[in-house]
Amino acid sequence: MDIEKQILELKAKVDKLEKGTKDQISIVVFSGELDKLLAALIIATGATAMDTEVKLFFTFWATAALRDKKKKANGKNFMSKMFGMMLPKGSTKVKLSKMNMGGMGTAMLKSLMKKKNVASLDEMLKTAGQLGVEINICEMSMDLMGFKPEEMIDYPNLNYCGVGSYLADADESKVQLFI
Amino acid sequence: MTTEELKAIKENLLVDSRGTACPGPLLAVKQAIGELESGQIMQILSSDAGTKRDIPRWCNKQGHEYLGDFEEAGVHTLYLKKA
Repeated sequence: MDIEKQILELKAKVDKLEKGTKDQISIVVFSGELDKLLAALIIATGATAMDTEVKLFFTFWATAALRDKKKKANGKNFMSKMFGMMLPKGSTKVKLSKMNMGGMGTAMLKSLMKKKNVASLDEMLKTAGQLGVEINICEMSMDLMGFKPEEMIDYPNLNYCGVGSYLADADESKVQLFI
Repeated sequence: MTTEELKAIKENLLVDSRGTACPGPLLAVKQAIGELESGQIMQILSSDAGTKRDIPRWCNKQGHEYLGDFEEAGVHTLYLKKA
């Protein structure tokens, strides 16, 4: 094989590597519980301090936490209304995944967090927005649970998308997590 | 650097992140670094013990020089030099 051909092949490989991954993290936020959402948000905001771009893909149970408790959506069918009632309405209503004990555990953790100056989930979401963390919400989850865009939180960088967008983001990211 | 050497440093900027938990100190440092010129020194106060492990790694990634830290009465004092 001549040297020129080898160089060209090498160049193609380097080009592929360079455009392969960015300094970016993508997290699938699947769980709708306080502890897991907190973990996702702490990693996301921390990553911005490292100058890492952050893409959050909210799907399934996690989407309920992005509802605004003060907003309402009209024109829902029976099933959507039921889902809406049974799932936590927003980030202040989510419960612990363990030791919830009828809400007592969650209340205790929240008071501990306050005492130890750990930001609440609500505050973390605001900070994430200010720091440019991108939130993408799974359109199919919204549809399944009967959530509408008009009842979701005001967030500066919020989009609705499908698995294709997540995969494209994940493909470009150095770090991928599923929480 | 020894604690005595660190204490002798005259910082250009003090970032007091006491009373915030992870990732508060990291975010505070990141926000404040823009106020410094290259070669200037930042002093960071933190009550979060994780900070003294996080900030050196942050410096490593961002190219700043981590000078060291010491602890007194539960408060961690850290020093870094901006690249």
